[in-house]
Parts: sequence; structure tokens; C-alpha cells
Amino acid sequence: MPMPKVTELTINGRRASVNVEPDVPLLSVLRDYLDLTGTKYGCGEGRCGACSVIIDGQLTRSCVTPVAKAADKNITTIEGLAKDRKLHPLQEAFIKADAMQCAFCTSGMIMAASALLNRNARPTREEIVSFMNRNVCRCGVYQRIVEAIQIAVDTGSAEK
Amino acid sequence: MTEDQDDLISIEPERYELLAGPGYNFNLDRRDFIKTFGLGILFIVPTARARSQQRDQDESGRGFGNNLPQEISAWIHIDEAGKVTVLTGKVEFGQNVRTSLTQAVADELHVPVSSIQLVMGDTDVVPFDMGTFGSRTTPIMAPQLRRAAAAAREMLIGMAAEQLQLPSNDLRLVDAHFVNHDKSKTLTLAEVARGRKLVKVIPENISITPPANWTIAGTSVTKVDAVDFVTGRHRYTSDLKRDGMLYGKIVRPATLNAVLRSANTKPAEAIPGVKVVVDGNFIGVAAPDPQTAIKAANAVVVDWQSTTQPSNAELFELLRKPANGGGGRGRGSRPQGSISDGLAVADKKLESTYTVEYIAHAPLEPRAAVAEWTGDKLTVWTGTQRPFGVRGELAEALHIPEDKIRVIVPDTGSGYGGKHTGECAIEAARLARAAGKPVKLVWTRAEEFNWAYFRPAGVIDVKSGVKADGTITAWEFHNYNSGSAGIQIKYDIPNTDIQFHQSNSPLRQGSYRGLAATANHFARECHIDELANAVKMNPLELRLKNIKDQRLRAVLEAATKAFGWGKTKAVNDRGFGLSCGFEKGSYVATCAEIAIERDAKNRKNSQVRIVRVVEAFECGAVVNPLHLKNQIEGAIAQAVGGALFEAIQFENGKILNGRFADYRLPRFGDTPMIEVVLVDRKDLPSEGAGETPIVGLAPAVGNAIFNATGLRLRSLPLTPKGIR
Repeated sequence: MPMPKVTELTINGRRASVNVEPDVPLLSVLRDYLDLTGTKYGCGEGRCGACSVIIDGQLTRSCVTPVAKAADKNITTIEGLAKDRKLHPLQEAFIKADAMQCAFCTSGMIMAASALLNRNARPTREEIVSFMNRNVCRCGVYQRIVEAIQIAVDTGSAEK
Repeated sequence: MTEDQDDLISIEPERYELLAGPGYNFNLDRRDFIKTFGLGILFIVPTARARSQQRDQDESGRGFGNNLPQEISAWIHIDEAGKVTVLTGKVEFGQNVRTSLTQAVADELHVPVSSIQLVMGDTDVVPFDMGTFGSRTTPIMAPQLRRAAAAAREMLIGMAAEQLQLPSNDLRLVDAHFVNHDKSKTLTLAEVARGRKLVKVIPENISITPPANWTIAGTSVTKVDAVDFVTGRHRYTSDLKRDGMLYGKIVRPATLNAVLRSANTKPAEAIPGVKVVVDGNFIGVAAPDPQTAIKAANAVVVDWQSTTQPSNAELFELLRKPANGGGGRGRGSRPQGSISDGLAVADKKLESTYTVEYIAHAPLEPRAAVAEWTGDKLTVWTGTQRPFGVRGELAEALHIPEDKIRVIVPDTGSGYGGKHTGECAIEAARLARAAGKPVKLVWTRAEEFNWAYFRPAGVIDVKSGVKADGTITAWEFHNYNSGSAGIQIKYDIPNTDIQFHQSNSPLRQGSYRGLAATANHFARECHIDELANAVKMNPLELRLKNIKDQRLRAVLEAATKAFGWGKTKAVNDRGFGLSCGFEKGSYVATCAEIAIERDAKNRKNSQVRIVRVVEAFECGAVVNPLHLKNQIEGAIAQAVGGALFEAIQFENGKILNGRFADYRLPRFGDTPMIEVVLVDRKDLPSEGAGETPIVGLAPAVGNAIFNATGLRLRSLPLTPKGIR
């Protein structure tokens, strides 16, 4: 059995260290050890996107990512999206478009959308659908989530 | 619904999981209320049954006098700061009733939405409620809260008038302020509530504001705690943490219905900090962290005794065998006329069989519970649609009285009828009792598939006759196993025989959004299409010819108009389908356009794509147009799964596709363009809308596939392996 070792993490700009086995899923570290519970467990096999976080700009399924792989990298979770108590344009847009029902998928949806907009500031509807297709909303709010992302695209470009 | 129906509800036979429910009567004491709520004014609302019992006992109509009613349906508290707390046993699962009920109270009490807080689903402080299911929150709980708020408003005006030494007819309550005619005297809600220690019973005969005069209800109020959800701040059950909390893990049987033969727990117990519990068929562990819990559960060496069990291949044959051994009539309304007479006058006769598979609710938040014992008192946080029902289950399983148990339901990550039962709560409570520490248990996705329950599978036989002019003359309908919801018809047919037959289901089954209304609408609305085809009539025309009900005609006309029905002809591999129906007080009509996407290399890989859906919906007076549209769009997107590809595969006690990699869920790319047409009837009471919008899609798509290809598909899902 490998010895537990300390992993150094940078989450939402803050340093954190955890003393766990290197193969513990990042999702469990965030939720169970650091009490960052905005990131959700939905399936444990990277198929629903509820656990989406961004690591060094890359959209990542934290439920299938060993914590060791995230060491010394910049991790952004839903808790780190709002800056200076001001909601991120995507968060505002999700409220405006009423793009949630039970909202259990919402953190993952917003993180995935944020990764999309970081790489493509003006995605088409087809690009949004194709990129977001790995995230599940069982309440079926898909049409409104697409609309929310389009609203965020428009406000984002208006700000520039 | 009349107001006195609130405790006289009927439960559909297919809510199999609810066969036993706890009854409960509060023993109330005014001092307890003050202790719970602190200073201020508390308004309590007796149930209809309590009111009618009081009427029977007290002919003089003095109301409850000094006695508090035994049964309460809701209460409203106003604290010394003027903050309004509404307490209800209903729970929030994404259907947005936290918002709609807040709107009802704000509208009636004349206070802003932001000054109201709803406490929901906490059995120690909210009144008893059977559960949040059956689309009953809007037609039943909302009017009760409105009556409470309206009575509270009038009582408060009386108190304010006394304080200001004005006649009460000179005062109005506007936006949480009392004002007289020339606004020379004002008081805030807080100023009236300050220093009070009052408990008031809401009187009978309170009139509530009709929908035409609503100001806050009827508008698109934003989801009340939306910010908590988009920031990840909201704590679902699975996000809770208690001091010293352990993590639970259950050792599951190798197959469904297996019996425990023996278990060697020593290797698991040797792991530091681990507690193992073996009790009957139950084996579980609790450990200081989730990884140790998994390791410990895997370390238990178990021998399960399995039995031979049915598989998909035999399912429909099995379901045709009635549970009661056969012979008698199934459940249903009395037959009308004579089927043989109706068939004798028909120009065309049809007989078809339709089937539906088991499907899974797959709520994105799996079942979860946190259990904590303080002495002999148990508190369980859990995501259930029936907080009081689960309290009863806990009492029964743990052999403790219900008054030692508090169940708290944080706003939950959906359920769709799948979270009525309390097994996860019971498991967490059993582990916590053994461990002497709080225990959190979150089911894995695989557990959710294997150990919850499914939407029932079913077989439906339809026999019918139609005249050449489109008049339907006979309608015989038998549903085996799936259920009776939505089985009754709005078609005016002189000869009908409609029955539901209960069967022995090979898998555990229970409520699902809309219950059997989806299966019954699928069979009925596809069959109506088959009749239209048999007499070469437009399916819309044939429906309108046989439907007198004005509300159903109205949604049919609204949907087909917005869709442009009949304006576009079906071309090769592109078709249009229609359905309509009625369930739980609401009316729905759905139009779908589908396209067959052919795979040039392999014809077997061709898929049905739902391109566009228009649904018209009428549920009386609309409470929140934004959230209603969202519910309807979501129901349609969810319905895509059951219509096209969702089905549980099982074999000899094993679920074969119990994970997201194997069980296909509707995704962004499967979602059609959805247009919702709301038919707002301000002259009618509001009905629930969480369920009925789901029933129309499957038959509309089935009919559209026929329209495009000439292929009549009679099984749900329609095209799990694509279409040839």
C-alpha cells in the first residue's frame, strides 16, 4: 500500500494541502476534506459533468481525476467564479434565463460553459450544444442553458 | 378541486411504494408554539377535516374557541422584525414551489417576496403533510396558504388600527406597511408584531384574491434562492457535514432479492476507526473518511443466496398474468354501452398492443442521508418527497416512537417521484446508532439504479371501432401493470370498457413523474392515429370530431396553430405527429416534427431526431409563467429519453445497464427546439403542472415516425437501437 502523502493544491487562488492517498479522486478531496461542496457527485465515471472543475484552463471531471494529478496546478471551482462578491456573467445569465430547476447540475454546467467561453468567446449554437453535450441535466433545462450561455456571450462582448 | 378535498385525496394504485403510510395527530400547546417561534404573531390553519369536525361539534359556529385544532395544514409566523416565516410540509425538488408558494403568500398578505421565508419539510416544525407528489402543491397547499395569509392580513389590520386608534376600515396593508386614507398615519409590520405573544387560529370563510386581481402571483418572479444555486452555496443533503461525522457504505447483495447466508466482518473490523453492522439482511460500515469506508465494505467477505429471476425476454408475457390469478375485472370505471354493439356498427375495427419498459428516475443527486443521534432522539437530513412518511419508516425500522425522530429535507437535487421512500435514511440511522456518531450516506449511481425503484413496465391492449366518417364507436382498453393514471378518456365514445390489471412485477417499481399517464397516453394517442389512418382522415380532424370538451379542444387548437399543423406535407424521412390529453386537472396538446437521420454506410445506424416540439398547456390560472414554461420544456426534454431510448435491461436478478455509461439519458444534442404555448385561464383555479406536460411527447413522436416512414412503432422506447 502506498503511504499517504501531502498534496499541495491551489484552489481558487488559495493554497491548500491535504494528507490523502494520491489516487483519491479530486472530487472527494474538494467535498469531503476541504468542504468545497459546490462541485457535485453525479455518476463517478465522468459521464454527467456535475463534478466539472477547471484545472489550468482545462475542463476536468474531478470524479475521475486523482488528486495527485492536480498538484501544483491552478484549480477553479464554482466557489471561485464570482469575483469581489460580483457574480460571473454566466452566473447572472443562468439566473436571467431561469436555466435551472433542481440546480444540482448547475455548478457543473456553469464551469463547463466557462471553459467553453475561455477558448471560444463567441460560440455558435451548434458549438455550444456540441461542447455541453457531456453534461447532464435530468430536469431537461437544456434549451434554457443554451440561452443562458448565449446571454453571457452577449454581455461579455458588450463589456469589451 | 374544492377546498375540502385537501385531506380526502385519492392515491393511484400504481403508487406501489406508498402502500403503508403513517397517520399522525399533533398534540398542540400554545406554549410550545411560543417556544418554537419566539415572540411575534403566529397564525395557524386547521385542515379541512379539522374544520368540518369542529363544525359538527359546534353548531353555533364559534370556531375553535380556546382549543387549538388537532390537525393543522400550515402556519405563518411574523416575528418582531416583521419577517414572515411560512411553514409547510411540502418540499422543493426543482419544481419551484418554494417560489410559487412564496408568491401566493406575498400576494395575499401584501408584503414583498423578499420579506418571506419558507420553512419546508422539517417534521419538528412544519405541519403534517402526506408528501410532495401528485401535482397537489399548487391546487391544494397554495389556496390554504392564501387563506392563512388573507386572514392574517385582516387580523393584522385590526391590530394596527387599535394601535393607531383608527377604525380598521381606514387602514390598508400595502407592501408591508399599514397606511390610512390620506397616508398621515402609518405603521410597519414590525411595529405591530413587536412584543406580541399571540397564537391565532385562521377562521372559516376567508375569501381569497381571485386570479384576475393577483399582483405578485401570475408574474414571472425569479427563483427565490437562485443566487445560492449558481454560486454552489446551497447545501443539498449530500453536502452536509456534522462534527465527528463518519461516512457510511452499504455492502450490497450480489443480486436483487438475494438473502444473506454468512458474512465474515473481521477483516473490515481490523481497519482502524471502522464500525461494521450486520443486522438481518443488512451489512454496512462507517468509517472516518469515504475511502476507508469503501475499503472496509470491500473487505467484508459475504456469501449471498441468490434465486432464479425473470429477464427482459419474458417481461411482457409475465405482466399479462394478473396478480390476483385472473378471472375478475380489473380496476376502472363502469363499462359504458356494449363493445360488441360498438364494433358491429363500425366500418373499421382495430386491435393493437402497446408496451412500455421499466425506466429509471436517475435524479442527478442520488439518495443521501445524514443521521445523528442525540441520546434517544434521532435527526435525519435526507432528500425525500415524503418527510413524514420517511419519519414513519424510520420509526418502524428502528422500533422507536415517531416523536423521537426529526426528518429535515434540504432543497433536493430532484426526484421525479423516485424519492418517496426512506431506505437511505434508515441505513444511515442504523449505522449512526451503532457508531455513536453522525453518519453520512450517499448512494452511488450504481446503487441508485439497483436499489431504488423504477417506473413500472406495462402492456396495453386496445380494441376499437370507427365509422367511415371518423366517429369512434367502441373503445376497449386494458392496461397490465403500468397503472391507471390518465387511463380515462375525453373522447365521446358511446361504448367503452377501460380497465387496469395489477400484475406481479419482476422488478421493484413505483411512482414516476406522471405515473402511468405517459403509458396510457402513448397507447391511446397512437391508437387514435391508427384509427385516423384506417379511415384516411387527418388526425387533428378525427380528434376534433370526437372531442366535445372545450378545454381540450382549446389546447389542441392552440398547439396546432402555433405549430402550423397541416401547412407542411410530410416528405421522405421527415414527419409530423400530434397528441392530446388530460391528467391531474391539466390539459395538454403536443405537436412534434421528426427527421430520420440516415447513416449512408450502415442503414442500421439510422436515428430518429426530434427536430421541433410545440406544446400547448392549460392548468387554470398561471401562477408563474416563467417557471411554468421551464417545467413544460424540461418535461418535454426529459420525455425524449423514455420516448426514444431509455429502458432498463435486466437478467436473472441483475440490472445490466445500471450506470450512465450504459443507460442513455437525454442530452443537449437530443433536445428539440421547444415552443410552449400557455393557455392562461384566470377564471379557473390553478392546477399542478409538474407532471402532465410529460405525457404528450411519446405519442406525438410515435405518430410522427409513422407519418415519415409508414412504420407503426408500438413499444416505448420507440427506437432504442435506432431505426431501419
